[in-house]
Amino acid sequence: MKKEFNIIANLVEKKSKVLDVGCGDGELMKYINENITNDIRGLEISKNNVQKCVAKGLTVIEGDAEKDLKQFPKSSFDYVILSQTLQAFLDPENVISELLRVGKKAIVTIPNFGYWKVRIHLLFRGTMPITKDLPNEWYNTPNLHMCTIKDFVNYCNKKNIKINSKNLSYKNLFSQLGIFVIEK
Amino acid sequence: MNDIKKVKKLIIDKPLKLDCGQTISNFPLAYETYGKLNDKKDNAILVFHALTGDQFASGVNPITNKEGWWNYLIGPGKAIDTKKYFVICANVIGGCMGSYGPSNINPKTNKNFGTEFPVLTINDMVNAQYHLLEFFKIEKLFSVLGGSMGGMQVLQFVSNFPNKSETAIPIACTHSHSAQNIALNELGRQSIMADHNWANGFYEENNKPPAKGLAVARMAAHITYLSKKGLQEKFGRKLQERDDLKFGFDADFQIESYLRHQGSVFVDRFDANSYLYITRAMDYFDLSKQFDGNLSKAFEKTNTKFFIISFTSDWLYPTSENREIVIALNSIGKDVGFVEITSDKGHDSFLLDVPDFLNTIKNFLNTSYNKKNEKRI
Repeated sequence: MKKEFNIIANLVEKKSKVLDVGCGDGELMKYINENITNDIRGLEISKNNVQKCVAKGLTVIEGDAEKDLKQFPKSSFDYVILSQTLQAFLDPENVISELLRVGKKAIVTIPNFGYWKVRIHLLFRGTMPITKDLPNEWYNTPNLHMCTIKDFVNYCNKKNIKINSKNLSYKNLFSQLGIFVIEK
Repeated sequence: MNDIKKVKKLIIDKPLKLDCGQTISNFPLAYETYGKLNDKKDNAILVFHALTGDQFASGVNPITNKEGWWNYLIGPGKAIDTKKYFVICANVIGGCMGSYGPSNINPKTNKNFGTEFPVLTINDMVNAQYHLLEFFKIEKLFSVLGGSMGGMQVLQFVSNFPNKSETAIPIACTHSHSAQNIALNELGRQSIMADHNWANGFYEENNKPPAKGLAVARMAAHITYLSKKGLQEKFGRKLQERDDLKFGFDADFQIESYLRHQGSVFVDRFDANSYLYITRAMDYFDLSKQFDGNLSKAFEKTNTKFFIISFTSDWLYPTSENREIVIALNSIGKDVGFVEITSDKGHDSFLLDVPDFLNTIKNFLNTSYNKKNEKRI
């Protein structure tokens, strides 16, 4: 299992109610389901991934986070998880506000465009950075809205969204991934 | 058709008030079971059939000698494993496989009911089948499931009896029959009624059923159960046992011959008046209307765990209509999963060998059953 999943799972309180938005093949959900809380379900757009979740015996709803979060009532989950998909939405701002409406807290992870290797790549090679977390070329990347950890923290501050921003400059340079718990 | 007298029947002596206002009592409900009810009585699954189905969901139908209509799904070692679960399936009232229907004798006239049989609803069908729980002394079913009209019965069942099933799987269905589907049903009914043998529904007196009308109804309906792509791939413009067109109205094309065959075998096993009554019940189905237009209210009292399934090529009960049920459940925080299965086989996909579909049901049921027992520990 990815290290990232371990960190996310540890942010979730036992026996809480969880929605994993863009749950992929269900690996994270499975881990949380077995170790933290079994009141968890996923929303996933890819049919292939939906079948993988079903095969794992997970509750999954086939759907599109940009359209289908609105069917859930306010604060219907203790945690809403969005793992590395924020940058791929057409309208991430809307998705963030939906996450915070549906969940009492949201756990959001983003690939950090401010990571030093990314900066170096762009600075010295002059081409779009390709790293472990950003494996695609500019012409086939699903990522439409890349941001840095600092960008994301600034955005939350501007919108009065509560977010932990300790050691911001350090993290913005040395973390490949930003993992945040945000709430209104 | 004499064998029909031998099918298992539960005589329901409690009066049942129908939506049309009439009350029926002492009426037969034909049923079949597969597998064994365990000591805890927690492994029972009630299966609801679709328009032309019957109680013989698995194994061999003793009346038609054909495979049960859900043989792909239900049986020993299958997705719904009858070595583990106890499956009950009843013929709906209004049907023609032993349950109370228009071909029964009207005690007032000593003739077949024909069109004097009361018009039924999905709600009536479900209320009649509820008596099976009492008969088997089952406090709570493990699951209710069904496709098409069977799915409508699942929705109505959970709404009527919110604490009587752990899980529910409505498949390829709707909460409110669409104008297009009412239109297609009306086409079938008019076809039956246009056959002069129909005789206003009293054809049994003449011993001449409206076979042609019923066959055409089935042919038209059968097209709606398939997809354009499926038809094209299976038949295309292939000719039927001939090298060239014959410039006449015989079945030149394989698709014509296929449809004619479907029509002709159907009339041997199905009653025309039952077809009228059951399609009417489907048309009248509008669960949200029963709750002032708010579908969520139908499920407010239930903690049943839902799993809803639709198919990509089903244009009769399309994904959008199935998704409305998902939305209604999510909007009140109910436990619901949803999958749209990729299949070119149209609405009929739920009756066919579609591995993703069969596996989805298997995984959902087995995981839910295990979880339920974990909770108890």
